[in-house]
Amino acid sequence: MVMIETVLGHRMGSVLRGWTEKITEINKKYKTPRIRMSRGVKIALLFLRIYLILLVLLLGYKFWTLLT
Amino acid sequence: MDIGSTFFYKYRRFIKTLKIYLLLAGPGLIVMLADNDAGGITTYTVTGAKYGYGLIWFLLLLLPVAYIVQEMTVRLGAVTKRGHAEAIFDAFGSFWGWFSFLDLALVNWLTLVTEFIGMTAALAIFHIPPAVTVILVSIVMMLMVLQGKYWTWEKIAILFAALNIIYIPAAFLVHPSVGEVLSIGLIPHFPGGFNGTLFFFLMANIGTTIAPWMIFFQQSAVVDKGMKEKDIPWGQMDTLIGSAFTVLVAIFLVVVTGTVLYGVEVESAAQAASIIMTTNPWLGTCIAIGLFNAGFLGAICISLASSWAFGEVFGWAHSLNMKVHEAPWFYTCYLFALVTAGGVVLVPHAPLVLITLFVQVIAVTLLPAALVFLILLLNNEEIMGKYRNSTLQNIAGTGIVVAIIVLSTLYGITTLFPELLT
Repeated sequence: MVMIETVLGHRMGSVLRGWTEKITEINKKYKTPRIRMSRGVKIALLFLRIYLILLVLLLGYKFWTLLT
Repeated sequence: MDIGSTFFYKYRRFIKTLKIYLLLAGPGLIVMLADNDAGGITTYTVTGAKYGYGLIWFLLLLLPVAYIVQEMTVRLGAVTKRGHAEAIFDAFGSFWGWFSFLDLALVNWLTLVTEFIGMTAALAIFHIPPAVTVILVSIVMMLMVLQGKYWTWEKIAILFAALNIIYIPAAFLVHPSVGEVLSIGLIPHFPGGFNGTLFFFLMANIGTTIAPWMIFFQQSAVVDKGMKEKDIPWGQMDTLIGSAFTVLVAIFLVVVTGTVLYGVEVESAAQAASIIMTTNPWLGTCIAIGLFNAGFLGAICISLASSWAFGEVFGWAHSLNMKVHEAPWFYTCYLFALVTAGGVVLVPHAPLVLITLFVQVIAVTLLPAALVFLILLLNNEEIMGKYRNSTLQNIAGTGIVVAIIVLSTLYGITTLFPELLT
């Protein structure tokens, strides 16, 4: 963190450090999902992951076709 | 009791019920009327011009769709006292929490840009420069939230929402044939046969009915309003009335453009207003005012949905009941969203068409996740207790969610690859 402040300057560095700490705190707070991971929940989350991966691939393909 | 006493008793009871409703009405009515935002108004305008009254029956089907999805946010907000962003973080962990939150922030900001596009285009018809529109709108929107009371904000928003029904008197200005509207509009059929273009229009109409910001907005608004479990029936009634209004407004707009612009190639509501202005200035003015109001209503809800979500996730104070010094980050987010989105519209040669298309594509990455999380949360007994979904609600909710996911995904894909429709 001292490195960040050296590179970005004291003011920017402390702002960035504040944000990083906040995000770490949020990640820690919500580390464990509260909802019980039943089979239905697991299937739904798996579906969402696959869906999003496919969508990102499609977006990537579109971007590629636009470039070429 | 004689007839007079019975009538008086029923009258008093009705007035009492109305007073309670007016006190508790708000989130459902506002979110539903804001659903007819600039993008929605454009979709209905173009639908009317392209298919006349032919798709009115389809719009009617959207009433239960909108109600069933949004009603779940009322129960979730009233029971958990948490907004949707916080509820996702809490229930599904930080990965899905960050995904939903960052996606929402991006989609909302892009949608906000489209609302500003709609507002500036509408007022440009009255020769008001875009810069003036953006500045005035931003000032009014800031003043609305800075008075420090949710209740006051809500009532002002309802007043603006009421302006949304301008399309109902507008429909009477064009003297449509009621017989034709009923005979063509209410009998389910596919005008011109089922083809790629019609499918695109059906998907676009569904896409405008349920947007990700609506789920986040209504749940946060329910929490900020302080609704409790006992208020759920009122929240449901509010949402039902709102759903009826949103569909009614859409139908009347389709009647307007289906009567005066049927067969005319129209690309946007602003263009439609300009065309109509040359032959019927009153009607053109109504459409332009309606478009501006739609964009304005959408903008106030979307920017608030983002600010609430930021506050929930980062643990900042986030309520319209707080003054600026009590919730500085909440109001900073709100102002930041307004200024940057409004600013983009003023940038010369900004890729506004690309942004509008991009919104539809990015929205389909968030909508399925938000809807799936909604269903899962509403089925969790630990979270919802006796307010969890019943079997019937699950059948209806899951069916609608699956249909929305499939159709909105197809809509996004056809926006990306329009050649698939030909």
